[in-house]
Amino acid sequence: MAEIPANDYLIGPRVKSAMSRDDIIMRAGVVLFIGFLAVAVALPLWSLLSKSFENRGEFVGLANYIRYFSTPALFASVWNSFYVAVITTAIVLPLAFVYAYALTRSDMRWKGLFQALALIPILAPSLLPAISLIYLFGNQGFLKTWIPGGTIYGPIGITIAQVFYCFPHALMILVTALSMADSRLYEAADALGASKRRIFFTVTLPGAKYGLFSAAFVIFTLVITDFGIAKVIGGRFNVLATDIYKQVIGQQNFEMGAVVGMVLLVPAVLAFFADRIVQRRQVALLSARAVPLIPKPEPKRDWALFAFCTVVGGLIFGILAVAAWGSLISFWPYNLSLTLKNYEFNNFDTNGWGAYGNSVQMAAWTAVIGTSIIFVGAYLLEKTRGFALGRGLAQFIAMLPLAVPGLVIGLGYIFFFNARGNPLGFLYATIGILVLNSIAHFYTVSHLTATTALKQLDTEFEAVSASLKVPLLRTFWKVTVPVCLPAILDISIYMFVNAMTTVSAVIFLYSTDTKLASVAVVNMEESGFTAAAAAMAMMIVFTSAGVKIAHVLLTRGLDKRTQAWRRR
Amino acid sequence: MTNTTTGPGSAAPYLKIEHLSKLFGSFAALKDVSLTIYPGEFVCFLGPSGCGKTTLLRAIAGLDVQTTGKIEQGGRDISRLPPSERDFGIVFQSYALFPNLNVTDNVGYGLTSRGMKRADITARVKELLDLVGLPDSGAKYPAQLSGGQQQRVALARALATSPGLLLLDEPLSALDARVRVRLRHEIRSVQRRLGLTTVMVTHDQEEALTMADRIVVMNHGVIEQVGSPSEIYRLPATPFVADFVGTMNFLDGLLAGPGRVSFAGLDLTVPTDGLAANSNVRLCIRPEDVAVRNLDASTPNLLPVEIRALDFLGSFCRATLKPTAGKGSEIVADFSINLMRDLNLEVGKRLSIALPADRLRVFAAA
Ligand SMILES: Nc1ncnc2c1ncn2[C@@H]1O[C@H](COP(=O)(O)OP(=O)(O)OP(=O)(O)O)[C@@H](O)[C@H]1O
Ligand SMILES: [Mg+2]
Repeated sequence: MAEIPANDYLIGPRVKSAMSRDDIIMRAGVVLFIGFLAVAVALPLWSLLSKSFENRGEFVGLANYIRYFSTPALFASVWNSFYVAVITTAIVLPLAFVYAYALTRSDMRWKGLFQALALIPILAPSLLPAISLIYLFGNQGFLKTWIPGGTIYGPIGITIAQVFYCFPHALMILVTALSMADSRLYEAADALGASKRRIFFTVTLPGAKYGLFSAAFVIFTLVITDFGIAKVIGGRFNVLATDIYKQVIGQQNFEMGAVVGMVLLVPAVLAFFADRIVQRRQVALLSARAVPLIPKPEPKRDWALFAFCTVVGGLIFGILAVAAWGSLISFWPYNLSLTLKNYEFNNFDTNGWGAYGNSVQMAAWTAVIGTSIIFVGAYLLEKTRGFALGRGLAQFIAMLPLAVPGLVIGLGYIFFFNARGNPLGFLYATIGILVLNSIAHFYTVSHLTATTALKQLDTEFEAVSASLKVPLLRTFWKVTVPVCLPAILDISIYMFVNAMTTVSAVIFLYSTDTKLASVAVVNMEESGFTAAAAAMAMMIVFTSAGVKIAHVLLTRGLDKRTQAWRRR
Repeated sequence: MTNTTTGPGSAAPYLKIEHLSKLFGSFAALKDVSLTIYPGEFVCFLGPSGCGKTTLLRAIAGLDVQTTGKIEQGGRDISRLPPSERDFGIVFQSYALFPNLNVTDNVGYGLTSRGMKRADITARVKELLDLVGLPDSGAKYPAQLSGGQQQRVALARALATSPGLLLLDEPLSALDARVRVRLRHEIRSVQRRLGLTTVMVTHDQEEALTMADRIVVMNHGVIEQVGSPSEIYRLPATPFVADFVGTMNFLDGLLAGPGRVSFAGLDLTVPTDGLAANSNVRLCIRPEDVAVRNLDASTPNLLPVEIRALDFLGSFCRATLKPTAGKGSEIVADFSINLMRDLNLEVGKRLSIALPADRLRVFAAA
């Protein structure tokens, strides 16, 4: 086709649409939202970054970094963290893959039970498996002799606990990846006479390739950034996460803490971008007309997988059971009679049960406020007409927390909210800062959930309501929220459970009045009250499990009430 | 066909589109489009996928504002207005019914927020549901309705606020053929009853030909032709329109002189205004316009042919004819079953056909 001169059909001035009331409200909303994200995410991270280039308020360039990398004691942690993360990934990935394969591609029985078993660790703070391991293999543990090298404190303990803790996260990703199979591919391979082995290596594995990458990145990041496990069972084995804590809390060396925070940010950010690049390739592979695969019974394979899942699921349950049992024992290992006195937290910690109350309160606020902000924010970004710059900026900041470890964001909060002259300084040492921090820490996954749910709505709802002159706010309330209610519930549960179990983000931010249950676990463990620590960890598990069960029941009730209009 | 209350020639235009262009990045989806629509008209935008029909409709609605150009509705310049300040009802291909609201609430959705009394709303919704033929479905949810029923609910919802302009974007394309044909008539009769100016986007020429007062044929972001269905069909203004609407023979010829085109070794008498002599041209004729009966030696444009193929298509046969003299390209003609029987036509048979001058269109070769 001939090149058309750019302008011969553009006649007259450019038309700029006037803004309606809805447009003004939405844009104002986006501006407020950017303000929120700036305070909750961007500015604290900025404070952290600038702090790492300062010394007592003076800009010192790279001096802190040079000192960090020339101090072998500090630098060794980089290698330690990396080493543990790689080993954990290498162990979890195949285990989770086979487990996910069993759940999605076999006709094994009791799939629901196995799925539930495998997800238990999500309900527990990462400290819990570490405590269980101490019971079993610690200095007083009756299986102590099983450990090569004689001590569980160190890389072995960290790795085992991390495997427990990371397993469900990897499993969820792999289950999703494996359930997106296209049965037509398998039928074709079968028709071509390919062997089972060959089909596995030429169809199944490549199909799950992106899921495997994603799972590997997630495990790696979780291990590198987790604080609780290394703190409890790391012994003298230093990792990045514990270094930050020691620098900041132990030595009050905030600048060096900031440097370690920045170093910790590197692998997490790299994993984040690597994952994005890999996932972008995947889109082209997915065919819209895929036919879901329904596994056929195959007794030999199914029973083998059943045995595998029993062992893995049993171990997961076992670790939880050890903590539960330990929390009920009078005096390990001398008096094994059962008692509830370990739950009388007032005897072990100044905050006692108060810490638990704080946690529940904090998690509830995080769920309520966080879900509202996240959903409204995602709605604003999806539905605002024009204002691409503002929306893009907000979208970018909303994605950041996924790449930022909890410790790093927590440290950023200290610097930002503690800074002299910050009008938001009043939040410091209140439950408010813990809520804000938890919302920020777990922002991205929830934001993506909300965005996905919103994208599934007909894009013309807003156009229809504009043509009917109905304010957008009304359509939001009458249509968008009710239709997205399942996703909204999912988000609030996710926020609650994570806020309940998190240690790393809040360890820097609690005050004597606002100590949280997970922090109390760390403190009591440190003071030698392992049974009380186990008891408090179990309280966290009971609470998240209770909320989770309530969620399942609520969702079921909702389904029943709305089945008239919900298509499944 | 000429309806005095609609179409050009009646009172003031209702919708005036002037020099409209729309860029998506550097891609021009609309290029200098101008169009006038009169009150009460039913206008179809017809064209192949991606030609800019939806873009033009959305510009009229204010959903995707044009890059340059002006739109007036009822004498008011609406170019810059957001959708909520324009006056239109719209039905989308997806219907966009609110899944969590029942039919009554969907239809009454635009009424509740304008301070109408509850009783009035109920009455209005009932009236609308009667109008679209769903008097008893008020309590159902969209998921419990068939596609055709959903489509009617969407129509009722768009009509509820009595807009001055109705916009329909491929409202029937998601339905199966039978329902589609029935709904064509229903939409048209509702529109006539309300005297509502309506613009419908479609890529289905049959739909456009049966429903529209006027058809706007579009291609690559420009308007190729605007006219009544019979004008569009009988007198296509461009080869694109000739090709896109209905079936058309394209015969390559050479302009021998004013009013004369040589094809297959013959000189045909043809209207050739404005074409340069000695240039290559394309002759167009519809299969049903090829004449066979009542021909004699004096009939103009007589052409001896041989039947190469016959395809039985129910009420008629589509014949592929090859001119016996010269190197003329094949001609497709539709023969009634009656004619087939009377003339005893079969493959291989030779006969003479005529290409009536008033049915031939000539375009410069591409
Ligand atoms: N938001 C957009 N961004 C970029 N290009 C667009 C956008 N919307 C439409 N286009 C392009 O503009 C052209 C016209 O699109 P439009 O939707 O108007 O086509 P259409 O005639 O309605 O086609 P169809 O029959 O497929 O609906 C297409 O080439 C399309 O790819
Ligand atoms: Mg379209």
